[in-house]
Amino acid sequence: MPGVLVIADASGEQLAATTAELVGEGARLAQQLGGKPVTVLLAGKNVQGLASGLGQLGVEKVLVADFDGSAAPSPQWSIAAAEQAARSVQPEVILLTHAGGSRDLGATLAYRLDTGIVTDATALRVDGGELIITKPVFGGSAIAEFAISSSPSVVTLRPRAFETGEEPTPHGDPQIESLAVPAFDAAIEVLEEVREQATGGPRLKDAKVIISGGRGLGGPENWHFVDELAQILGAAVGATRAVTDAGWVSPSLQVGLTGATVAPDLYITIGISGAVQHIAGISGARNVVAINRDADANIFKYARWGVVGDWKLIVPAFTQRLKELRG
Amino acid sequence: MDIVVTVKQVPDPDIPPTHFRVDEATRTVIPPAGVSPVMNGYDAHALEAALRLRDQLGGKVTVVSLGPDSARDALKRAIAMGADAAVHVNDPALNAADSTTTARALAAAIKKLGHVDLVLSGRQASDTDGGQVHLGIATHLGLPAVSPVQKIDDPSAETVVAERIVEDGYQRLRVRLPALLGVSSEMNEPRYPPLKGIMAAGRAQIPVWTAADLELEAGQPGKVQLRRLYVETREASVEIIEAESPGEAGAKLADKLREARLV
Repeated sequence: MPGVLVIADASGEQLAATTAELVGEGARLAQQLGGKPVTVLLAGKNVQGLASGLGQLGVEKVLVADFDGSAAPSPQWSIAAAEQAARSVQPEVILLTHAGGSRDLGATLAYRLDTGIVTDATALRVDGGELIITKPVFGGSAIAEFAISSSPSVVTLRPRAFETGEEPTPHGDPQIESLAVPAFDAAIEVLEEVREQATGGPRLKDAKVIISGGRGLGGPENWHFVDELAQILGAAVGATRAVTDAGWVSPSLQVGLTGATVAPDLYITIGISGAVQHIAGISGARNVVAINRDADANIFKYARWGVVGDWKLIVPAFTQRLKELRG
Repeated sequence: MDIVVTVKQVPDPDIPPTHFRVDEATRTVIPPAGVSPVMNGYDAHALEAALRLRDQLGGKVTVVSLGPDSARDALKRAIAMGADAAVHVNDPALNAADSTTTARALAAAIKKLGHVDLVLSGRQASDTDGGQVHLGIATHLGLPAVSPVQKIDDPSAETVVAERIVEDGYQRLRVRLPALLGVSSEMNEPRYPPLKGIMAAGRAQIPVWTAADLELEAGQPGKVQLRRLYVETREASVEIIEAESPGEAGAKLADKLREARLV
């Protein structure tokens, strides 16, 4: 009974927040495909204990591939586990998140299975029995709809573009099966894995409020205006690719197509023109504020509130007033 | 070290969104007048990495591109930057190739080139932002693949160390050669073609390989179909805060956000 296979991101020895989105969308799809089951693959180091968390999301069946090596699993191991799961489940649709190691895992898996993949999807629908996959292309300037004629359809989902499951039917503990990962010719050795710890403040992708700076700030010497605002509001700090490429701040702060996809309640931009590459990362932001000297800047099209003018005169007064308001 | 770099010609990603048009009937982009297509940005970073490795270790850099006649310009630019040779895979049967067909064709071209230690590709192309063709090439060639890579260290005849970007950090991986790496923009700053290179590109003979040259079975349908391409129209609904001075506007903005209970 083929259905939907969700490949969860369990790197870092915990379930990624996007797992609930994958499971939620997987369940909706399975329903539209005629009440098919959803199976989740948990592959990684120390993942055994994460399976019960999936039960709370309404998952009935979990395949567990436990990596027992000393380092982190290599990309080859993750592919071998995913391929084995796909061959044993024989799903119609395979879903992964479009973040971290899952992006390239999805693509390689599709080619291994000799099937098609669409990456970074923002919507899925079943139309006349066929899966239609929507994704922004040309950096977000246009929208494309794809269909995959081979089976299974492999799709990576843009983080935070999909709702999590509405009210998961509690199934209690899911049925857990362990999955043996077949041997492969190891050509990649993991020397080390470095996870950057956020330096205080909330993490970008989970933040409710984000202050982002762009090239319009003029130089790294002005970045403290962004940091100060963030501190007052308890916000995370973001930046455009132009700024991270120029080395003003760490690449981990990049928001956009090749950086973080964010979905805060409030996204305040200073000196950001709104290049499509940046807009692609903030489509989930609920309220965008733009402070920019160019009234024609693209960012104003996406903003709820805007101030046109020199940020150097606007931001200090804005910061001061916020301080007063927050006492 | 013999390196193959895959390059793709794409519409200029700096076309302002207001000038971006598509032909919905043919599902293609209508380039604005006077804006030429360019080499995909990430591919330029891959080429730069290849040139530096060659200069350090010796060997040869060959660029390969699949695309219509105009893709020749991207190959010429690669030669101008310093690539030793180029191959143009060009066949009307491949013009509308989907990602799976493209990967198969480029893999066949790389195989036909003979000995290769390293294949470098951009992590994704700025048109479809799929980030998958290079991984298909690696699968077809049976090569280990790592992507996206922000740094290549410690190259030798047998291995390289690749820094792969993952969520919240990176992995350092020792990769056995031959291998394929998907290059990200953090790696380097691509050079501008020197005058000498531009002259070399003018003289360069770029062989054209067809589907038949690559022994690709003709008429195989792709697996991914583009059904619709459109531009979402967006009406601005911004409230511009007006005030006597920029400072007052800043303070007023804070009040607005407080009214909306956002701060």
